[in-house]
Amino acid sequence: MSDDIIRIRGLRNAFGAQRVHEGLDLDMRRGEVLGVVGGSGTGKSLLLRSIIGLQQADAGEIRVFDERLDALSATRRRALQQRWGVLFQDGALFSSLSVAQNVQFPLREQLDLPAGLRDDIAALKLRLVGLDPAVGDKYPAELSGGMRKRVGLARALVMDPEILFLDEPTAGLDPIGAADFDSLLRELQASLGLSVFLVTHDLDTLAAACDRIAVLAERRVVAVDSLSALRQHPHPWIDAYFNGRRARAALDRPDNRGD
Amino acid sequence: MPHSPSATPADAPSDDPSRGRPAVADAALALRRDADGLHFSAHGDWQLRTAAALRARLDELPRAAGGEAVALDLDTLGELDTSGALLLCQLIERQREAGAAVELRGGDPGQRRLLQRVRDAGSAPCPPQPAPRNAFAAAVERLGAGCCANVALMLDFVAFLGRATRVFASGLLRPRQWRITSLVHHMEQVGLNALPIIALIAFLIGVVVAYQGSVQLARFGAQIFVVDGMALSILRELAILLTAVVVAGRSGSAFTAQLGSMVVNEEVDALRALGLDPMHVLVLPRVWALTLSLPLLAFIADLAGLLGGALVCWLALDIGPALFIERLSGAVDAWDLFVGLVKAPVFAVLIGLIGCHNGLAVERSAESVGRLTTRAVVQAIFLVIVADALFSVFFGYIGL
Repeated sequence: MSDDIIRIRGLRNAFGAQRVHEGLDLDMRRGEVLGVVGGSGTGKSLLLRSIIGLQQADAGEIRVFDERLDALSATRRRALQQRWGVLFQDGALFSSLSVAQNVQFPLREQLDLPAGLRDDIAALKLRLVGLDPAVGDKYPAELSGGMRKRVGLARALVMDPEILFLDEPTAGLDPIGAADFDSLLRELQASLGLSVFLVTHDLDTLAAACDRIAVLAERRVVAVDSLSALRQHPHPWIDAYFNGRRARAALDRPDNRGD
Repeated sequence: MPHSPSATPADAPSDDPSRGRPAVADAALALRRDADGLHFSAHGDWQLRTAAALRARLDELPRAAGGEAVALDLDTLGELDTSGALLLCQLIERQREAGAAVELRGGDPGQRRLLQRVRDAGSAPCPPQPAPRNAFAAAVERLGAGCCANVALMLDFVAFLGRATRVFASGLLRPRQWRITSLVHHMEQVGLNALPIIALIAFLIGVVVAYQGSVQLARFGAQIFVVDGMALSILRELAILLTAVVVAGRSGSAFTAQLGSMVVNEEVDALRALGLDPMHVLVLPRVWALTLSLPLLAFIADLAGLLGGALVCWLALDIGPALFIERLSGAVDAWDLFVGLVKAPVFAVLIGLIGCHNGLAVERSAESVGRLTTRAVVQAIFLVIVADALFSVFFGYIGL
């Protein structure tokens, strides 16, 4: 097996005449945290949706775990999908289920486990993402945005995935909550050996959590590199993004040097 | 390695495509007891897939006797994920409860780090599911809670009616504030677009009533009275009632779903934050549109119902159009039409307000939109029929 856990070649996504991706190539290595940035409307979330199979690409090849998702039978596809977890933007918790039921949902659907063990695993995942399992009998509507994200993360982690897909995990969190999330992510990634595909706008997250950063512009990935290398990149958008006023404020802090 | 005969194999299908690496031998936990104390050793993959069998195995293991040393050997451990780590932690915890400290041996650094991480997370459980209660007590409690909820709901609806009336009255004298565009849009939705289905239903009801009447009246040789009976029941009751029921199902539910989704989307809060009253912007145009449309729909339903009845009279009873119209003008007068149509605005206000009231009562969850939409339709149809009964009593009393 190659070291690239995700390999995208020549991806094309278009809505009518509007081409979002064209000839997009991207590789993600096993065990890394890959940040994906880009201006609004450059198709960051669409790229994520294409990889996990929610969006049928118009052309190109996407390989995850060295398998083409669109070429697999339904059973094998399902098996493959169990090997990753997805955290959608606002958690996407099922509003009719309690927190504990939400976290247990994949276990209940995919595996045949005794109820006691399911409860234990769900409680462990809630503790791992920094929640008190006592929130287990609350409903998503009763939680704050940050807690919903954490529960969503616990649900994404419950099957012990190899890849974690995160769509703007820190959007809408206060800076302290966002910083907590960054360190939580880093720590979980290290202890669980995860590969993380992270769509974000948050410069702090990029600096604190990402090994490499992929920049989407002009309908493709224009650069993939470490933060410090990208700050030297000549591309005008990348330069504006990583050397703008906000970026300097966030990245030039001594704890965020990113190198 | 000493595989204990009692080691529990767990299912690990060798052709499982879900893992990229080759499936390793059965996960198991071996136990040896000697003079040095208890020796556990974990074999194979301790993973989610194998967790159920391993958990069962854990439950049958002995605990350390007083002062006995316990060792846990991880050298033959294959893959370990958080579920496996959780089980190992539970094993350690149980031995500790029995008074023995567990010594960990072997294992690669990554696995030991994972184990440590899981132990650091603590062992607080999820709150237990509430125990099942006495069925009778629970039923009584549900009944009581249901009654209280309904009383509260009724009071809330009365308050809503009051607020709507106030906003209606204060807007009445300020034509600039009337939301004509919105009104016309909703009239198209609830009136014009409902026309075909309501005309069709009324026509069929006219056919059914006339036909049923003719079968009964034929026994007395009084088929000619079919016209009287059919026309009276259509004009006074059936047309308006059916129209109201269809509109409640069609438009009352739509109001709840529309306003409910807006609540979920925080659009209603956005209106309030702009200093706009949802009652004025959302509720009144809808209720007005229904109030203006429902009498028109009911009138069309009257005509369609009579047409259906006339068709049956003509084809089945040989009562031609001329004779039908002659009988009709003798049997009914303008009051009968009025008695039917005067109920329409009342029903419209009931349906519209109930739909909007439920819509604004939605909480921020997808489930609540569905639940309240159902509730809106049931409440609206129920109240329409209650109001219809009151109208009947009232008209009987004043002799109409």
